[in-house]
Amino acid sequence: MSFLRFGYVTGPTIGALWLFILATTVSITMSFATGDPFRPSLVISLVLGAVVGAVAAMEMSKKIRIAIIAAVAFLPTLVGFGPMVMESTAFSQGFAALALALVLGWSMVAIMKEVPIGPLTRHEMEEAWIRFLTGFGYIFFTAIVLIPFYVMVMTSLKSQSALLQNPLDFSLELDKGWALFRSYHELFRDFNFGTYMWTSFFVSVLTVIITLAFSIPGAYAVARLRFRGQKAFSRSVLLIYMVPMIVLALPIYIAFSITGLRNTVIGIVLIYPVTTIPVALYMLQGYFRGLPAEVEEAGLMDGLNRLQVIWKITLPLALPALASVSLYVFMIAWNEFLLAFMLLDDPSKFTLTRGVAMLNSSEIPREHLMAGAVIATVPVMVLFLGLEKFMTKGLTAGSVKG
Amino acid sequence: MSVVSPPKGQGPLEKREARLAWSLLLPTIATVSLVVILPLLAIFWISFKPIGLADLRPPAPVLRESLRGSGDEMRIEYRLRNSSQDTEISEVTIRDTWPESLILTGDLPAGCALEGSVFSCDLGTLEPGYNERLRVPVMLADGVDEDTAEEAAEGTEPEVRGEADSILTNSEFTLENFSRVFDGDEFWTVMGVTIFYTVFGTVGALLFGLFAAMLLNKSFRGQGILRGLYLFPYVAPVIAVAFTWVNLFDPFSGSANALLVQMGVTIEAINFFGQRPLALIMVTVFEIWRYFPLSFLFILARMQSIDTDMYEAADMDGASPFQKFWYLSLPMLLGILSVLFLLRFIWTFNKFDDIFLLTGGNAGTRTLTVNVYEQAFAVSNIGAGAAVAVVIFACLLAFSFFFFRFISREEGL
Repeated sequence: MSFLRFGYVTGPTIGALWLFILATTVSITMSFATGDPFRPSLVISLVLGAVVGAVAAMEMSKKIRIAIIAAVAFLPTLVGFGPMVMESTAFSQGFAALALALVLGWSMVAIMKEVPIGPLTRHEMEEAWIRFLTGFGYIFFTAIVLIPFYVMVMTSLKSQSALLQNPLDFSLELDKGWALFRSYHELFRDFNFGTYMWTSFFVSVLTVIITLAFSIPGAYAVARLRFRGQKAFSRSVLLIYMVPMIVLALPIYIAFSITGLRNTVIGIVLIYPVTTIPVALYMLQGYFRGLPAEVEEAGLMDGLNRLQVIWKITLPLALPALASVSLYVFMIAWNEFLLAFMLLDDPSKFTLTRGVAMLNSSEIPREHLMAGAVIATVPVMVLFLGLEKFMTKGLTAGSVKG
Repeated sequence: MSVVSPPKGQGPLEKREARLAWSLLLPTIATVSLVVILPLLAIFWISFKPIGLADLRPPAPVLRESLRGSGDEMRIEYRLRNSSQDTEISEVTIRDTWPESLILTGDLPAGCALEGSVFSCDLGTLEPGYNERLRVPVMLADGVDEDTAEEAAEGTEPEVRGEADSILTNSEFTLENFSRVFDGDEFWTVMGVTIFYTVFGTVGALLFGLFAAMLLNKSFRGQGILRGLYLFPYVAPVIAVAFTWVNLFDPFSGSANALLVQMGVTIEAINFFGQRPLALIMVTVFEIWRYFPLSFLFILARMQSIDTDMYEAADMDGASPFQKFWYLSLPMLLGILSVLFLLRFIWTFNKFDDIFLLTGGNAGTRTLTVNVYEQAFAVSNIGAGAAVAVVIFACLLAFSFFFFRFISREEGL
């Protein structure tokens, strides 16, 4: 790769790739925003990009380089012979070209920061490439995460026939006002989604409570107390945590059919905690191990017994861990689909995920399905974003399950 | 002089501690074994049984009582039916309490008796598909009109009992389920799909997670927001994101297809989830998309705990950025990467919901777990489904052997 170690090779190479990436990004963004055709042009992008990359490595003041690059990208795009081809209103065309030019100018100069046009040291070359890859990474990950969620929300607000005409047109008819939310309104009015939400909430909260009630003593015993079989026990917890749900779902279905627990919310509340207890136990025991044993021993010396020590010392110290475990268990229970799908048939007892699954039929318009998806997603997202710190901690505390 | 030696065996304190530990663990052990161990045993049992979805309800006698006729020609009719078309029910008995207003006028049917107000029958064995009426002639007591009598007669539920051979508990065993599962090419196709999905899904999620973690392993404004954003796919309910993907890649009204056509990548719309081998690639991509946040989170946590001194020393020695990554970061991350690989491998292998929601196992995406559902519920052959589940469980045991062999040191278990 020694030929890359010249500013006049690295600069144009990065520039060509970068302009193409940016042109694609701006095209996709503008297509999703306006519904009009925008597309990158591969050859022109690569050629112009090479020029731009070379300019960025020149020895000139930063502002002049940005201005030159922006002009090189902006003018051809506007006359229809640039890195981006578009057919839209004059305003959006101008906006797209300007956005592309400014972002390109600024980012290209930033990527080629302190990279001379002549021979490069290994450091300079690698750092330029790393900045390029970083920029690409931000765009790439943000796009792949945002696009599905954007489509989900927008589809729920549009009618199916409008989308069939132009699947890219997500522009909202804002003059419709509250009628935009028609599909949400209908879900709550005709499809009982209020009840489903309440059932899901109720089931999830109960699952959290039951799970904690079982896993706190268990985790404490595994983490703190010495007994024969401790190691075997913590291993089997992990092993149970690996048994696939579908394997268990079959006998559970049979047992519930025979005992009449199928199609009852009680049956669901009985079965959910069992799927979460091993996870919670595994997470909590890791946390309890990290707590200083000396504090507990001091409590024991002062005359508390073990149960009092757990109640008065360990649990208050473990509150953050309890919060993250509760959040995580709530998330699992709220998102659970397989058991709800297999065990519930009666529409009056559905959980939210089961209710959304019911909407997946050809007779129900798709905006209803997507509105259902939004309704199921928003509560966990709100909870998650509000308590992100607990959540990330809880996720890394030993749960790799999904 | 007595020699002081450490005590042998368990002392009383130690015993008390162990007792407490077991009593704290007891509720968990009891429930988990009830819902995990028992079903696992049941799966083994069922996998050797010729049992379909319809056999779950054991055959039972079904009885209906009604008061028919008018005036002097009144009769009580018991309509008795065997719910099964192919299993006989033995020792069938009926018990019913008659109201005072009914008086027996004629002969009782064979096997029946009336003692006071208790009417009972012993009917012996019902043939498969049995469906007959037992008629008992009665008249009304004085001053009772027909409607109240009917109400009184039909108000008391008659009891009916019978013994039937349930396929779940009898001693009929078969190896047919397993031979059906392993039969022909289908099993190896399913196995191949499972391995492709698992290997590429796991490796892809790890690589993307590593890339994302490197992006965010520096502090800048908006880092927290991006970190939260990148976790979205993992936190959202699978049902919501799976249906969104199906919508997004729909061949007729999907935005992805419209975008590709517009960009000139393809001329015709592509049926992403409906054709081989694209469907399999798409479900694998979905798996990577949904689970890269998890690897990202773990790798980032590990990265942030690496000592920065090491990098400073490397800077002094003139190491380039790629060298620092290759010779310093990567070896430090190897532990968490291998743990993640094994755990994710097992859980991807076990994954069911994603594929089930995206393609339903069609278009060459049927993995082992989807096959369990397919056999048990779509083909209604619970026995065959259980046999597939047993195969999955065997694979799982093999994986966990590796896990504990190589990974337990990392995890401290």
